[in-house]
Amino acid sequence: MALTETEVVGGIKTEYKFGFHDPEDYFFKSGRGLSHELVAAISEHKNEPDWMRKFRLKSLDYFLARPLPEWGGNLHEIDFDNIFYYIRPTEKQAKSWEDLPPDIKNTWDRLGIPEAEKNFLAGVGAQYESEVVYHKLKQELEDQGVLFLDMDSGLREHEELVKEYFGTIIPQNDNKFAALNSAVWSGGSFIYVPPGVKVEMPLQAYFRINAENMGQFERTLIIVDEDAYVHYVEGCTAPVYSTDSLHSAVVEIIVKPGGRCRYTTIQNWSNNVYNLVTKRAVAYENATMEWVDANLGSKLTMKYPAIWLMGEGAHGEVLSIAFAGQDQHLDAGGKAVHIAPNTSSIITSKSISRGGGRASYRGLLEVAKGAEGAKSKVVCDALILDEDSRSDTYPYIRIDESNVDIGHEATVSKIGDEQLFYLMSRGLSEAEASAMVVSGFVEPITKELPLEYAVEMNRLIQLQMEGSVG
Amino acid sequence: MALLELKDLHVALEDGTEIVKGVDLAVSPGEIHALMGPNGSGKSSLAYALMGHPAYEITSGEALFDGREIAQMGADERAHLGLFLAFQYPHAVPGVTVASFMRTALNATRKARAGGEDDPVPVPEFRKEMLAAMEHLKIPRELAQRYLNDGFSGGEKKRVEILQMAMLKPRVAVLDETDSGLDIDALKIVATGVKELVGSETGALIITHYQRILNYVQPDFVHVFVDGRIVEEGGPELAHKLEAEGYEAFMPEQVVGSEA
Repeated sequence: MALTETEVVGGIKTEYKFGFHDPEDYFFKSGRGLSHELVAAISEHKNEPDWMRKFRLKSLDYFLARPLPEWGGNLHEIDFDNIFYYIRPTEKQAKSWEDLPPDIKNTWDRLGIPEAEKNFLAGVGAQYESEVVYHKLKQELEDQGVLFLDMDSGLREHEELVKEYFGTIIPQNDNKFAALNSAVWSGGSFIYVPPGVKVEMPLQAYFRINAENMGQFERTLIIVDEDAYVHYVEGCTAPVYSTDSLHSAVVEIIVKPGGRCRYTTIQNWSNNVYNLVTKRAVAYENATMEWVDANLGSKLTMKYPAIWLMGEGAHGEVLSIAFAGQDQHLDAGGKAVHIAPNTSSIITSKSISRGGGRASYRGLLEVAKGAEGAKSKVVCDALILDEDSRSDTYPYIRIDESNVDIGHEATVSKIGDEQLFYLMSRGLSEAEASAMVVSGFVEPITKELPLEYAVEMNRLIQLQMEGSVG
Repeated sequence: MALLELKDLHVALEDGTEIVKGVDLAVSPGEIHALMGPNGSGKSSLAYALMGHPAYEITSGEALFDGREIAQMGADERAHLGLFLAFQYPHAVPGVTVASFMRTALNATRKARAGGEDDPVPVPEFRKEMLAAMEHLKIPRELAQRYLNDGFSGGEKKRVEILQMAMLKPRVAVLDETDSGLDIDALKIVATGVKELVGSETGALIITHYQRILNYVQPDFVHVFVDGRIVEEGGPELAHKLEAEGYEAFMPEQVVGSEA
């Protein structure tokens, strides 16, 4: 007898609390599979300018021509013909949560987004399947000239600005999945912060997959003008299904002289999502770019947020967490490329594996000829919670300049019986004790998160640990 | 009635090596016991086995806490009953502050005592109580925000063990060589901690090599522990005798080379 859906879901990952899904009552849903006709139809449906339609079709050619990468994780099980590439859940974007269909509104309530918006966010974009169904920015930021729109609206309303930067940081043929995103992209965020404007509270985007075999391909472009500042936070979850979904985003960021951008991700996909994301930023003179990249969910994640330090005095940081549990492979890390003199970078990676999970650090540090006085420090620490789990480190370093200061440290540790015994002797259960060790291990990164997210992060770690012991 | 009662207790390592070879001991409320023995006699193994360290197995005999057999319980369950072990070598937990750890441990204990219902200590109350305890134990305030035992000096580690004991309010505290490597000031603080804990509902077992700490905290009973067994028992005077004469008198006789 076939299992009921509840049994299937329950058997996959009992402790994943975001695994619910809504019934599908969509405005538009494409058929499965990918074709030039589909790509043209998406562009037409969105009423895009001709250059974007051509860009998409050319990107599809690149995607089809490129072989699957043979490094990182196993990508051969992705059934590209079985994926839904475009779903538009509602006809119009809502300006108020109340205007959303009840099921969808209920989902956002369960994820706590409207509540967070009220309490500590400057703006929110909520993407459901392929489209941003809700979007809002505080009036005072709008008045200061800050643009925070979904990418489709950005293209419609600020075509010249989009055209100037779109696909320049991550070319459409950068890699197979960037090509795929460039062909079928939908949703994502478009942000422009004018010179000198500091957005004090974070802007948040939340990405939710609902349908089975969904492909979500949001596209984000952030332009931080001179001496401006923005903190962008993204979160993501999906229902648990027995077959796979695909999430493949492209994020391009430009930080102009003296500007600062912090991009924080709390990735918590269900364990049937392939998460294959390309993220790259360029930082000009004395600009600062920071990626805070926490990855807890997904079946396979391959993601290495990159910073190109293009102007003298630019600074880049990548703080990466990868927590791989049962049936998960997280291949994460970061890249820093020093082009200009006196640039500095720090890459800090913390990876945790348990229950047979596999977490890898993969990173690139590159210093080009002429980038004199470049400083970089790479620290990657791995924590392995049991004998079945695995951790690997792949640090790539290319230095073409002699006057540089480069440091690399790597540690691997295991949770010891002695440490657990010590904590348990104070009344903590084995799961609580393990969660405490893990929380402490990632603390150098969680302390960089706004308080609300740090609390959420520790709670997610506890959820990951529950059911992992005893 | 004794709170902690050991009857012919045997403890072995995972490879079967017997370390504790039949111990009878009873700690009642209000009593301070000293278990004194030379290095390698198995004192710390006994302490670990009592607290439930997975590498030390109780192979026979009984270990009763408040009349309940604890041999099969996890360390957390034993802690919930009110057993506490001050470690000789407390582990570091990088990234977790003393304050955050202390609150988690306190809440875990409170939850167990509330029958599994969450009963978290209100933060202001916790803060007040902890700062008072720290001041009393002459622990600098800044230590509360440092990571537990991470880079602590020997003296700081021991003081924080006593702080945990004071906050968790166990019914029987076992102190495993807490006095070793301490200067006189720290030693006095440890002794004060023990004296203040022990009362009408609480007892203590001080495990030590030296008599020194017993100058500051007077034991009611002294047990001499050699090669996995208690070989002599008495009052405080026994500790002084040990200090003067050493453990040699209690050691098993050396077998002199026999003739072929």
